[in-house]
Amino acid sequence: MTEQEVVLITGTSRGIGRFLVEHFLQRGALVEGCARSPVDWELPGYTHHQVDISNEGQVKAMLSAIQRRHGRLDIAINNAGIAAMNHALLTPGETASRILNINVLGSFLVCREAAKLMRRRNYGRIVNFSTIAVPLRLEGEALYAAAKSAVEMLTRILAREFAPFGITVNAIGPTPIETDLIRSVPREKLQHIIDTLAIRRFGTFADIAHVIDFFVHPASNYITGQVIYLGGGG
Amino acid sequence: MTSPTINRTDLINLVITSLRDVLEQSGRPLPATIEENTLLFGKGALLDSLALVTIVVDLEQRLEEEHGLTLTLADDRAMSQRNSPFRSVGALVDYLEQLIHEEQSRD
Repeated sequence: MTEQEVVLITGTSRGIGRFLVEHFLQRGALVEGCARSPVDWELPGYTHHQVDISNEGQVKAMLSAIQRRHGRLDIAINNAGIAAMNHALLTPGETASRILNINVLGSFLVCREAAKLMRRRNYGRIVNFSTIAVPLRLEGEALYAAAKSAVEMLTRILAREFAPFGITVNAIGPTPIETDLIRSVPREKLQHIIDTLAIRRFGTFADIAHVIDFFVHPASNYITGQVIYLGGGG
Repeated sequence: MTSPTINRTDLINLVITSLRDVLEQSGRPLPATIEENTLLFGKGALLDSLALVTIVVDLEQRLEEEHGLTLTLADDRAMSQRNSPFRSVGALVDYLEQLIHEEQSRD
């Protein structure tokens, strides 16, 4: 079995996921990551899987590969997600289905398969991604916020179901961060969101890493089923 | 009925090994003997619901790692059967044989 900590991060091709890869590599972990596309970069200690997380067979194959290579999984970070901001009346069914599949089904499949591997050592830390759009009930994000509400409930119930196996499940709800995910959102809408926060600024990658570090710390073994929103927007 | 690489005796041994591990991990007493008619789940049986979940996952993983068989034991069909395939060691082995047969027929 691998001696080093093994971390799985989904959605590593860019943005927060890409940042978290480097964050965990810097702390000496081995990082397994995935995205729907290949990545055009390589880092020592990082292994990439080309996986659609809403595809059960592909998720199972990725976790089997991690088990064969390392024999352990300490941390799983369900960062992969898609958003499509639009008025509900202008949201096609196909878009709605895609948002639910990637965010809800994808998070569930990764949680389930990760927990199967983690239970063998009776230890694991799972971190899911919600969004500030849930407590703020943002117009134009009905499907995205609904999907992330489902992720929050998954987090709370999986926390109970996985607790007997020494696995904690928590979620972070980031504020807008300057990534590709919000590139298409009008600036004034983003500013409106920022103005509703207790701390009125964009979030940073470091803000997210800090909360994740807290959730995945071995001493956080009594912290589970929790959602922490950044910026005081919850 | 089963794969040439895994016969009924292998499957019985697999289930018994997995059962022993799960009982030990959960701190439950091991019975003096475990046989095909040993009750797994239900009134007066060895496993509670969490231990049953654990043995199902454990068996799926052993079948994949030791025999290259990727099976899903707990599907809607299994859960809705009047005679649960998880009621005894023998019933579970019968069910595994059936799943392996179906999997091989698909190939």
